[in-house]
Amino acid sequence: MLVLTRKTGEAIHIGDDIQLKVIAVDGDQVKIGIDAPRNVDIHRSEIYEQILEANQQAAQTKNTLDLLKNFKKD
Amino acid sequence: MNVSTVYFGEVTVDSSKIIQFENGLPGFNDAKEFVLIDIEGNPTFQVLQSIGKEDLAFVVTNPFLIYSNYEFDADDQALEKLKLETNEHLVVKCILTLEKPFEQSTINLKAPIIINAQTRQAKQIVLKEDKFHTKHPIQQGGE
Repeated sequence: MLVLTRKTGEAIHIGDDIQLKVIAVDGDQVKIGIDAPRNVDIHRSEIYEQILEANQQAAQTKNTLDLLKNFKKD
Repeated sequence: MNVSTVYFGEVTVDSSKIIQFENGLPGFNDAKEFVLIDIEGNPTFQVLQSIGKEDLAFVVTNPFLIYSNYEFDADDQALEKLKLETNEHLVVKCILTLEKPFEQSTINLKAPIIINAQTRQAKQIVLKEDKFHTKHPIQQGGE
């Protein structure tokens, strides 16, 4: 992993069109501003990982169609 | 066209019914084309089957059938991208994680799939609302 040291107000460019800027630092919290094209999805990593994990679990549906077929909704 | 499926063997799909996920789904970024297949005898659920990855399929449902007061603000970028300025062509599906017994299965309300029924473009979006997570019980009344 590339590690760079930045001060408040300084920024990092990723490629031509993504910029990360350190807005503020307060204790162990860092406020980061992100400029990116609108088609780039930006997520907090822990949330994205939850979604990814949920999708992977949901995709393991072998042998479960029978469950669905037998399920009678009230 | 014929599509190999996880559950139904080979099925014939009208190619106008193909749903495009431009960026795939989280965890399956290269699965870009899917089709919704009805489950015989069970109108509540459908299978979202990948085209090209025959072993990839999700069981999905209209979340409002299970959580009638489900409501969210999708971010404008996603709606803009899918050209969903109005709700007219908006279709929402949520992915289920199936468990045995079936009543213990869960629904992902945190990351619904939004579909433009007219253009067949779709995207799994991630909601900001903290009250939603990836595993809500499907049992009525369960929270």
